[in-house]
Order: sequence, then structure tokens, then C-alpha cells
Amino acid sequence: MRITQIDGGRATIEADGLVQHTSLALVPEAGVGDYVLVHAGYAITVLDEEEADERLKLFAELEEFERGEGGG
Amino acid sequence: MAERSDVLRGIAAKLAAAAGGPRTYMEVCGTHTMAISRFGLRDLVPPEMRLVSGPGCPVCVTAMGDLDLVVALARLPDVSLATFGDLVRVPSSTTSLAEERAAGADVHVLYSAADAVELAADDARRQVVFVGIGFETTAPTVAAALLEARARDLANFSVLSLHKTMPMALRALLASGDVRLDGFILPGHVSVVTGTAMYEFLVDEFGVGGVVAGFEAGDVLAALLMLARQSSPAIEIQYRRAVHAEGNPTAMAVIEQVFEPCDADWRGLGVIPGSGLRLRDEFAAFDAARRFDVDPGETREPAGCRCGDVLRGVLDPPQCPLFGRRCTPETPVGACMVSSEGSCAAHYRYQAIADD
Amino acid sequence: MTEGGARILLGHGSGGKLYRDLVRDVFVAAFANPVLERLDDAAVLSTSGRIAVTTDAHVVQPLRFPGGDIGVLSVAGTVNDLATAAARPLALSAAFVIEEGFLVDDLVAICRSMAATAAAAGVPIVTGDTKVVQRGVADGLYITTTGIGEVVAVHEVSAAAVREGDVLLLSGSVGDHALAVLAARGEFHFETTVESDCAPLWDLVAAALEAGGAAVHFMRDPTRGGLATVLAELAETTGLGIDAEEEAIPVLPAVRSICDLLGYDPLTLANEGKMLFAVAPERADEVLGALRGCPLGARAAPIGRVISGHPGRVALHTVFGTRRVLDMPVGELLPRIC
Repeated sequence: MRITQIDGGRATIEADGLVQHTSLALVPEAGVGDYVLVHAGYAITVLDEEEADERLKLFAELEEFERGEGGG
Repeated sequence: MAERSDVLRGIAAKLAAAAGGPRTYMEVCGTHTMAISRFGLRDLVPPEMRLVSGPGCPVCVTAMGDLDLVVALARLPDVSLATFGDLVRVPSSTTSLAEERAAGADVHVLYSAADAVELAADDARRQVVFVGIGFETTAPTVAAALLEARARDLANFSVLSLHKTMPMALRALLASGDVRLDGFILPGHVSVVTGTAMYEFLVDEFGVGGVVAGFEAGDVLAALLMLARQSSPAIEIQYRRAVHAEGNPTAMAVIEQVFEPCDADWRGLGVIPGSGLRLRDEFAAFDAARRFDVDPGETREPAGCRCGDVLRGVLDPPQCPLFGRRCTPETPVGACMVSSEGSCAAHYRYQAIADD
Repeated sequence: MTEGGARILLGHGSGGKLYRDLVRDVFVAAFANPVLERLDDAAVLSTSGRIAVTTDAHVVQPLRFPGGDIGVLSVAGTVNDLATAAARPLALSAAFVIEEGFLVDDLVAICRSMAATAAAAGVPIVTGDTKVVQRGVADGLYITTTGIGEVVAVHEVSAAAVREGDVLLLSGSVGDHALAVLAARGEFHFETTVESDCAPLWDLVAAALEAGGAAVHFMRDPTRGGLATVLAELAETTGLGIDAEEEAIPVLPAVRSICDLLGYDPLTLANEGKMLFAVAPERADEVLGALRGCPLGARAAPIGRVISGHPGRVALHTVFGTRRVLDMPVGELLPRIC
């Protein structure tokens, strides 16, 4: 979910029309615009890239993974 | 979308080729238990590949004695017991939190430990006891909440720490020799917090590899493929978009600040030294175990319940004699059937359809 | 008048003048119709043919939520139950249990919602009752509505009429109502754009019956327990099997997001403005077209079939081509923890 606002240690996060509030106590380095993974009311990590259309991205990754036979 | 299932079927085909023989992989995370069943992944992987569920469901591995303690606390007249959802329906020796709530106990189901802090702040006359269950993903959130409560000088907030950590349990599991494993599907969100260094002993001491997997079907299949392809055991990360080898240092530091390792009683595995987390002496004032003196009563395990064996991966849920008969989601006997992340519940709710 | 405005008092439920004033000033004013205005103890109606009767108690918390309130629910829910029996709604009764201290303005607003919903469904609220209970019980307000309808179909519309090969049509997206209410409860601290879908569906059902006639075998609205419960019960009652396509079932992206976050399955969540139809295959396209032509059926979709295989059970075909049993949910909805 994407951080749209930060107030003190709390962030407003959004995804697909869902708005939530979460604590940034465990990811103090996160900033507005970052995508975070949330667990039980706390952000636990900043995600590397945007989570928008997470599923499409995953499948793109998988297809790449399929093609890159050298991996594993 | 046709192309999505094509990609997945492609991976499934590669799995068969890569495994080259019978393999047993264990997952140790309730969310993986759910995902595998929900997406019907057992149907997609080759028949010789066995996916086994381990002690990854925090509610399921909570010992009966601890459950009885939770119930005893809930019965205290000035206590507002706050917990994550699944614990409410688990049968204790004689009752459950849901039944106690119906009988008048003040039980709150919460999504976050932070909500328990607010509950305490809202009414100073109530003793808010937060039941801390969960592994290394949840422990830092409870630690952060506790620090907040301390900063706000809340005298009516306390935590009953039933938190457990993964590595010692995995060691106990492998050391028992009860299950022969070819690899682990390692927990995604625990690893976000802890990083992957703590899994290296699996390779070094037991010669078993593991891959940290995400929670989509594609994640799990890709992780299985990575496992099947390992020419020698190793610890790898499939869930690269969220997990880094070094984990989340802030979260680890806050766990370290508030908790210290202790022995913990795991349903099915018994007492495992150093596998639990308890509040440090500095936080004794917030420790529900020290603040309240209650008698949990005599512990009674439900007759015939095989949750312990299911949790160790020795028994598949359908092999339990109670499964689907005396023990169903409506009338659960053991925790594995109650918790939405329990292996038995996942099997029952998401059964594969046999071809008619 | 207290801070906040005029309030319902215990005296309002006692049957005397206070009660008469309340009935006239709030209920009759909102529901205005000739039968009600006679204020007889029983309403006398005329009808021909077979009648359907149904009753529903409404105890939703909170009373107001995005997309509706307990008033809308109390009317739509009963109209929809009648609709599943192919019965055009003729009249409704409404019994109120009100908590002492309830704001009269709030009661008026809810009655207006009821009136608007009833007008949309073309059904008068012809009689009712009011009781007031002391502060602390009743969560503010409970409403029980009973509906009487005229059965318009000459053929049998019930599970017994369902046959192998029937196509299952769903009128729209699932999970909206439950999540709107959950958001409004504030327990899990989320806001969402999702609104309850609560609405009376008689027009939708009438259109389906007109297009499909006797080919419409069965109708049910997936309320508490969701689509999964309706499908599981249908399979169990008929002894036939059901194949459903997970991807064909409409779910709003916002609903899916929240479900992923909190660990819910949209198929087990309550809806208050959706209808499932089992239609003979030869008329399924026409019925689908008729549904899509209605404002409340714009997202209607075929989601599965009745089959002879795996009798009594529902098989959900996942996106990945695997199959799993779809069963009813058990107990309360609880989000997962970890």
C-alpha cells in the first residue's frame, strides 16, 4: 500500500480505494510515496518497487524466471 | 486469464522435471498453509511432491496450559482481554474465549496491538491485557505497542507474551527425525523482519535447504521450483520484492529491546528451550504474567486429538481419525481445525474435489 | 429537549397519547398511504392468486453505513425475500424496538429511508408496531419487517425445480455490503470507497421472469453467509453438483484489497442487493441480457453450472485450473492474525 500522508509516526496508506492508517514505528525511514507492507497495524518494510497491480508484476517476474533458465 | 494459468502450468511441468523423484517440502507459516490449499496447489505439483504443513500457525502451537491461563485472565472482573481473532474460538481445557464472552467476560478482538493501547487509554478503570501470540512478524508490533504504552504512562496495560520464534522449533523438528524433509518453504513475513541468516543452520547442521516464499500461488510455485533445482542445499529468497537478507534492523532492535529468549511450550512439540519470547525485567510492570496471579486450573488435552502430530508434519489432517467426523470447523476439537491458518481447517475448507 | 434534540422516551412505547403522536408524526408522516392512515390494528388487503409471506429482523450495527442504513435494509431485505419466490411485493409491516434515548431526528431519517426504498419497490408500509425498551438494550434500534407478495410466476420457482445443465447467473459483485458495514464499525480502522449494495430487487427479478419465463428455476439472494452459502445449500438440497468459476464471480478491486488485507473470502461475505438465478440453458442468454439491461444488474455474469458430477458439493475452479470445494463459512467472521 502506498503512503499518501505522514503525521508523527503514523501514515495514511492507500490501495484500490482502501484507505488505512498504520504505524511507521518499525520503518522510520519510510516517506510519502513509498509502498509498504503492513502487518497488524504496523508497516514492516518498504517495498522495492510500486505494488500497483501486484499480481501482474508477479506474473511478469514469473515469466522472466521461466525464461531465465540459468537461475535457481 | 488463460495466459496466467499457462504460466503456472508451465512452472508445474518444470517442477516435475526438476524434482526427479519423490520430494517432501514443509511450509511453516499459516499463510502458506492457507495459500496452498486455497489455490489447490497440491493438484498442480507432481504427485511425488508432498507438501507438508509444519508448526507455522501461531494459534495452533499455543499450548493448552497457556490457553487456560488466557481464559483465567479473561474471567477476572476488571480485565478487558484483547486478542487477535482466531484465539477466540479455540477450545481450552474446559471452555473457550467465545463461550466466556457469552457468559460475560470482556473480550475484544483486535487487528493490532496498538488498538489495545488505545483501549487502555480510553478507560483507566479496566485492566487491558493483550495476548501476544505470533512469531517474529508480530512480536515487533507488540513490542512497539508496549513502548508506546510505557511512553504514555498507562498503568492499566499489560501483555501476556506467548510469542514464539521459528529457528529453535525447526531445529527441534529436524533433530527429532520424525519427518524426512527435502527442504523448507520458509515464511515470507517472518523473514521480512528477521532476514535469512538465522536459517543457515538448516543447511550447515542438517543439510536441508529452504526458500523464502511470498503468498501468491505463483510465489509458492516459483519457490518450489527453486527448491527442486537446488543442486546442494541452500537458503534462497524467492520473495525478493519484500525480503532482504538482512531483514528489518529497526524491527529486530525493538524485539531485542523489549523481549528476551525463554523456554516455550509448543503444542505437539513440547517445551523447546530458547524458542519463546518473554518481557525483559525492565518491562515487568507491563508483564501480565507477573501482574496477575491466577490459577489456570488443571490442563486437559482433548481426547483423541492429534493436533500435535499434525503440527510436526507426521500426520496429514485427513489421516486423523477425528478429521471430518467429530472434529469439523463447526465443532472443532483441536486448534488446528479452529484457526483459519490451521492445517486441518485449510484441508477441510479447501478440499480438492476427487474426480467423479 | 436534551442536548442533541428530542429523544424517544419509555412513554412513547406505552400505547397512550405520546405513542399516538409518535405514530402520526413520524411513521405515518414518512410512510404516507391510505391503508396505514386508517390506523387500524390490522391492514386489510385484496389479492388474487397465491401469496408469499416472509419476515426478517434487522439488527445491523452501526445503524448507518456507506450506501445505506437499517431502514433501507429492513425494506429491501424483505422485498428481496419475496422476490426469490417470484412474488411482487404487495405490502409491508414494520415493528420497531427502540432504545430509550434514541434521537427522534435519527428515527425520522431512518423512516424516510424506509419510505424511499419502499417507494422504489412500489410497496406500501401498511401497518406496524412500536415498543420502547430501557436505555442499554437494543443497540439503538431493531426493526422487524414482514412482507406479503403476490406470486406472479405460474411455474414452481424453488430448489426442487433446478436441473442438471442449469446456468447460474449472478446479478453483480459480491462482498460490498459486508465490507461497507465493517468499515463503518471502525474496529479495523479502514476507510473505503466501497458502498453497501442494499437495494430492492423486484424490478430485476421481474425482468428476469419476463425474459426467461418457466426457464427461471431458482432464485436466492446471497445475504449472511454470502454466495458460498447459497451455492452450498443449493447443492446440498438438490443433491446435484455445482461447478463455479472463481474468475467469473464479479468482485470489486477495493473489496478484493480489503479481503486480502484482513483475510476474508469475498464469497462468504453478506450482500443486500444481489440475486443468484438458476436458469435452463436454452434461455440463459436472454435472462442475462435482461439482467444487464437493469441498472442493478449491469454487472450480471454467468458464474457456473449445475452438473451431475460430485453430487451435493460445489467445486470452485480457480484461476490456475485447480478445483476446490466451496463450503459455507462457520461461526463469526474473524480476520486472520499472522
